[in-house]
Amino acid sequence: MALDIAVVRKDFPILSREVHGVPLVYLDSANSAQKPQAVIDAESDLYANHYANVARAVHTLGSEVTHAYEGARDKVAAFLNAPSRDEIIFTRNITEALNLLAYSFSNATTFPGASRFALGPGDEIVVTEMEHHSNIVPWQLLAQRTGATFKYLPIDEGGRLVDKAIDEIITSRTKVVSFVYQSNALGTINPVARLVEKARSVGALSIIDCAQAAPHIVLDVQAIGADFVAFTGHKLYGPTGVGVLWGRRELLADLPPFLGGGEMIETVDLVRGTTYAEPPHRFEAGTPMIAQAVALGAAVDWVTGVGLDNIHEHGAEITGYALERLQAIDGLRVIGPKDNVDRGPTISFVLDGIHPHDVAQLLDERGVAVRAGHHCARPVCVRYGIPATTRASFGVYTTTDEIDQLVSGIQKVQAMFS
Amino acid sequence: MSSPVKLDSMYQEIILDHYKHPQHKGLSEPFDAEVHHVNPTCGDEVTLRVTVADGLIDALSWDGQGCSISQASTSVMSGLVVGKQVTEALELESRFLELMQSRGNHVVTEADEDVLEDAVAFEGVSKYPARVKCALLGWMAMKSAVAEAQS
Repeated sequence: MALDIAVVRKDFPILSREVHGVPLVYLDSANSAQKPQAVIDAESDLYANHYANVARAVHTLGSEVTHAYEGARDKVAAFLNAPSRDEIIFTRNITEALNLLAYSFSNATTFPGASRFALGPGDEIVVTEMEHHSNIVPWQLLAQRTGATFKYLPIDEGGRLVDKAIDEIITSRTKVVSFVYQSNALGTINPVARLVEKARSVGALSIIDCAQAAPHIVLDVQAIGADFVAFTGHKLYGPTGVGVLWGRRELLADLPPFLGGGEMIETVDLVRGTTYAEPPHRFEAGTPMIAQAVALGAAVDWVTGVGLDNIHEHGAEITGYALERLQAIDGLRVIGPKDNVDRGPTISFVLDGIHPHDVAQLLDERGVAVRAGHHCARPVCVRYGIPATTRASFGVYTTTDEIDQLVSGIQKVQAMFS
Repeated sequence: MSSPVKLDSMYQEIILDHYKHPQHKGLSEPFDAEVHHVNPTCGDEVTLRVTVADGLIDALSWDGQGCSISQASTSVMSGLVVGKQVTEALELESRFLELMQSRGNHVVTEADEDVLEDAVAFEGVSKYPARVKCALLGWMAMKSAVAEAQS
């Protein structure tokens, strides 16, 4: 069933506003997606009608809010087809989810029963050259703390992983393979099954950054078979301040805590020390992002209602149209896969002789919001010898008319600089 | 639909002209000090060399890459400070900094134009906080280069 985009757009109040006196054309969804009214209402309704702290209170509001918060966990578990709701950990964002793993792994050296997560000299951590900084820096820090070696899988001229490097770089020394499902800078969709299988074959833990994938690809964690999967709420039409880490239950059961504090404990004893709660609460120290988690549940409902298959199909159509129109512009070069195969609705490009910041600023004057820079994936820019790219990224609400406005905006920018 | 007036506010002919025909671009020798400044948020970079004799900026050359704002601003700055006393150059720098930090609330006066000349063209940039650093890149490089040359 094709989506009626005009109907979908009505759910997003911000899409009816203007910038600089012209209608907003929001092509920055890979950075952060806009919010449907249902998400805005869910957060507001929680504060207006049900708010108290979770878990601790025995009063009515405490019980209502706990029900809502844990209900969001159920929704996310269903969204990911997780075998158990206890495998869903709410984090601040995906950056925190990845850091949670990296810090928990380094705590494993001294934590009883957690030696399977411990790293040391001779062990290797492997990422890819197209990672977001959030899937690079936590692992570099972990390598620094533990003496393990940090490595990466290279990418080729067309923005894909070099396939033979997968077998060369992931070896019996590899303990962690952490990679992005879909690149935020290039749009590339990686060979997930191949990478997960390779990691498993050498006994390494596999971790997938699904920040870009979650908004338009069905994530079935049982089918994917990875050890950990993480995504962030705000790119999935949900609020800021909430992300999700999913982990296989038997792994989470042995994983040491990262942050210590309230609600993550079983018993605290000043003399004998502390014992810890079972997952997921062991990993949710302190008062969590209650309203945001509940609103993420509403986002999951909204996305499921529209249908991820429909959203995926729409994204592929828009991407195909945009690739064709953009690549017809003289002096424009797409950075990343140039065809509409194994790629997501995110297109990075450069214009001859015009810096991306000028492009983005001048497009903004025409109401077109795109991102310019290295997209927190500086190694990608280094790889292609460019300082930055302009990136247009599409959401469920993006129309072909908006792509046309992007294209005519780019042509006007070129005319100015010619 | 779109308003060319607004575009002009930031991308005036002066800026585009300096971007296309930068002054003092291309590193030259000899020099007393060389600095390299980077704007980490957008990757704009400039390498800048100065020769300072008797408190006077004798020569200044630079090379860099980045957006039109950073490149044009460095070009304008170069044209303004070469042949001036370091004290004058630093006065210009603080006047330009003030203009850039005005968030679009500074009314450019004739006195400004007399002193800052082409640099007043960057007034429109002050409305865009994300771009102010671009406009300041070359000026900051000049400031540290003359300090280094005199130390």
